[in-house]
Amino acid sequence: MSVDTVKQPNWFSRLAHPGQFLNWTRHVVWPLAGATVVAFVVGLWFAFLNSPEDYQMGDMVRVMYVHVPNAWLSQAVYGVMFCAALGTLVWRHPLADVANKAAAPLGAVFTTLALYTGALWGRPTWGTFWEWDGRMTSTLVLLLIYLGIIALWRAFDDQLKAGRIVAIVTLVGALNIPIIKFSVDWWNTLHQPASVFTAEGPRMPASILTPLLAMMLAFTLLFALLQIVRMRTEILRRRADSLSRQAALQGGAK
Amino acid sequence: MKAFQALISRDLKLAFRAGGEAMTLVLFFIMVGVIVPFAIGPDRPQLTRLAPGIVWIAAFLSMLLGLDRLFRSDDEDGSLVLLRHSVLPLEAVVAAKVIAHWLVTALPLLFATPVLALLLSMSWEQWGRTVLALLIGTPALVSFGALGAAVTVGLRRGGLIAPVLILPLCIPIMIFGVGMLDPMAGGGATLFLIALSLVVTAFSPLAAALALRAAGE
Repeated sequence: MSVDTVKQPNWFSRLAHPGQFLNWTRHVVWPLAGATVVAFVVGLWFAFLNSPEDYQMGDMVRVMYVHVPNAWLSQAVYGVMFCAALGTLVWRHPLADVANKAAAPLGAVFTTLALYTGALWGRPTWGTFWEWDGRMTSTLVLLLIYLGIIALWRAFDDQLKAGRIVAIVTLVGALNIPIIKFSVDWWNTLHQPASVFTAEGPRMPASILTPLLAMMLAFTLLFALLQIVRMRTEILRRRADSLSRQAALQGGAK
Repeated sequence: MKAFQALISRDLKLAFRAGGEAMTLVLFFIMVGVIVPFAIGPDRPQLTRLAPGIVWIAAFLSMLLGLDRLFRSDDEDGSLVLLRHSVLPLEAVVAAKVIAHWLVTALPLLFATPVLALLLSMSWEQWGRTVLALLIGTPALVSFGALGAAVTVGLRRGGLIAPVLILPLCIPIMIFGVGMLDPMAGGGATLFLIALSLVVTAFSPLAAALALRAAGE
């Protein structure tokens, strides 16, 4: 009995089947790539050509159009991983651990970019690349958590077992992130009063908000695209692994 | 309850009869404290200022060093499989092992703190606060350590992964633990540290047991 002759299950189980996932995402990848390119073109056009300079920061304000989307994704990707971890532990969804594995390096990259662009922005406006400010510190800790999860993924040979264990770590990390954020804020206000961050800048007018939202959309689409491509690659890689294992088994039996 | 106590006393006997690991850990704890003045200079006022942080870092490193033994040896000789099928739920087994591990690795460090206090020229009052902070904070460190050890128990190369995983999670304990020693901070840090320690100690056996089950499947 092949997959095609079985009665079609409901959408959730269909989503759970890696083969079905490969089928429907095949038609999604290219349109999504197109949408990402369009969103980036529009967003960059707004960001570089059609938005005003800040009256204090001048052209430096344009770093924001890259920095804020990356900072948003650094947290959103962990949200995706959290949902994937729930999927692994609660439903044993076969795609959930694939999603977790695919998202972790993406999250690490977006978090690194957020810190990097933040440093580039901080140097001319605050006069320093790094400040032990609450938000920067908790982003750094988030990066360390991402890197730990990636290291854990790489340490396991058995990917199915790894999926469940990484899911537990992801959940514990998710519960801890608010505590870390809170404690770091507490620590920072204790040790140094706000002195550098008084310049809040003007409230956001529409001329800045439009390019910002466009860039956030563009980066989010980019994440969705990379996530789907990485999940497809991971499924295909596992399939190739199991095929080569089968081949080795048959070769050994001869 | 009887099984719970039996498990604790078993772990204690194992720790004290074989290897003398507790003493080695205390030695390491003191050595970290001894080595720091060589790195930052023997300036006594500066050492006094940095002493609580140094003691915390020494305690932190000692905990990380000891945690690989928590489940590893039981996994290797097969007793972890037996424990999974014992009358105790696995969560209680983990809790018992956490208590035993704390008694073996954290409590001796507290008795060694006067040596560090002397070497780092801490005042008596500062020393008292540090011991209190360590007393409150170390159960949380051990609990996070148990989680890290449970997650990496199936890995042959897990020794380095566990510290990397739990260090970021331990940052709040460090912050409030050292914050407790700051006379400007008031009682807030103490309460936060107590709350954090209670929550972590209560929940980590659940997560660690889940990880042990997943690893044993």
